[in-house]
Amino acid sequence: MNLRPFPEWRQTRFTRRLTRSFTHWLVPLLIILVWQVAVSSGRLSTRILPAPTDVVEAGWRLLKSGELQRNMWVSFWRAMVGFAIGGSIGFAFGLANGLSRRSEAVFDSTLQMVRNIPHLALIPLVILWFGIDETAKIFLVALGVFFPIYINTQHGIRSVDPQLVEMGRIYGMTPWELFWRVILQGALPSIFVGVRFGLGIMWLTLIVAETIAASSGIGYMAMQAREFLLLDVVVLSILIYALLGKAADSAARLLERVCLAWHPAFQEP
Amino acid sequence: MSTTALRRQAPIVDFAPATPAAPAAAQPPGDSVHGLAIDVQGLRKSFGANPVLNGIDLHVAAGQFVAIVGRSGSGKSTLLRLLLGLEQPSAGTFSFADGAERIDNLRVARVMFQEPRLLPWASVIANVEVGLGADRKTAGSGDRALATLAAVELEEKRNAWPAVLSGGQKQRVSLARALVSRPRVLALDEPLGALDALTRISMQRLLERMWLDQGFTALLVTHDVAEAVTLADRVIVIDDGAIALDIRIELPRPRQRGSADVAALEGRILDKLFAGAESP
Repeated sequence: MNLRPFPEWRQTRFTRRLTRSFTHWLVPLLIILVWQVAVSSGRLSTRILPAPTDVVEAGWRLLKSGELQRNMWVSFWRAMVGFAIGGSIGFAFGLANGLSRRSEAVFDSTLQMVRNIPHLALIPLVILWFGIDETAKIFLVALGVFFPIYINTQHGIRSVDPQLVEMGRIYGMTPWELFWRVILQGALPSIFVGVRFGLGIMWLTLIVAETIAASSGIGYMAMQAREFLLLDVVVLSILIYALLGKAADSAARLLERVCLAWHPAFQEP
Repeated sequence: MSTTALRRQAPIVDFAPATPAAPAAAQPPGDSVHGLAIDVQGLRKSFGANPVLNGIDLHVAAGQFVAIVGRSGSGKSTLLRLLLGLEQPSAGTFSFADGAERIDNLRVARVMFQEPRLLPWASVIANVEVGLGADRKTAGSGDRALATLAAVELEEKRNAWPAVLSGGQKQRVSLARALVSRPRVLALDEPLGALDALTRISMQRLLERMWLDQGFTALLVTHDVAEAVTLADRVIVIDDGAIALDIRIELPRPRQRGSADVAALEGRILDKLFAGAESP
């Protein structure tokens, strides 16, 4: 049974991608349209929500003054540095505790204990330690990113098929080859799950940290705008967070599709 | 093929624990039989207080195709795992012999498992190259991998991911991986157990052809008695951790499944297996 609406329309890979990405944006575009109509027709007060056009205008204004780029860059830099630090420590602990029972016995229960403290609850302490400079934000982001990457790396290594490891041993793989060609590859799908979770937590942490204690960044920009009742800038900041989050996730998914091309779940239809 | 004829006529010592290396010495000098003789003496294995093998004495001549059959839990797979060095024996020894010379290196043996155990993230050809071990980076190894893949008739799938192959195709890749390094001993742990009947028969033919071609010593663990009789020079029945029956199959190759000779031998072996099952 052919369920395609237009069977005579031969789809190439390009048009298929194009229609797929259009489908992704269909709902957001629709929401913006309804929003614009609601504000323009006066059904929604601009004191509650400014029109999308006003938000774009505010963006343009801040772009020209250079404020937008500067704040975005600061936020982006904090996110990436925090992610890199927390991610690599989490990855290292995940590897160690996944590969060695002894290492797990020593570290795992302590790490699980720390994991159960919501890292945002540490904000007062972090401010007392580091003040409101960069270290505080990067510390919080790194702490937030650490756990999903740690847990998923460890889980991924533990769930590598032992039959494949045995095969590698029998076929004379060196320990390094066994790690690189069998264990790490087998753990990769799970590590990517950790990376995507970590990216989500990265933005969340940064938003909170920048809103509470910062003198630059998107979150700071939003808080400043609130002081002066610049609703359009507040909404702009929120939308920028959404876009940055989406961009990071898309990058991770692209990487995932390249690295896991062998996986049945990522095969091109 | 002359080496094949020689191998088929080579004297086989049954039940001869006290005569190690005798058949190997009987090989004419300079004979190109590629396989190694295997000598097992007083091999015992127990897991905790649970004895699995109670003293196995066995001599396998170079290039022989031996099938080991037995009911589940009879210890036949354990025997193979000991031979591959995957387990350590509780007592006794086994050794590979090249003529009178003993070889301790386990790397002479390759194994094919019931599951294909292919690396899902490596292309078919890369999986075959795993079988080359450290030789992977030497010149000409790529050609060898490709030639072996061609021998199992999967050349056109060389760049495919294992996930897109059928069960039989995966086992053929697994066979190519086992044979690409031209091993002198090939251990097969129920390699066709998970395949459908038709694929199984064509795999048996392929296995026989590769064996005739390369002349390795083959040890096939199986619970399919018909398969054992169709393929092997010699069938060993293991029951309760000991050799219960050891018979030579001298039917000409290729053997017809279901022919009277095959069926008669099959009946004899099955009788022995059931006798073992019914005794307390």
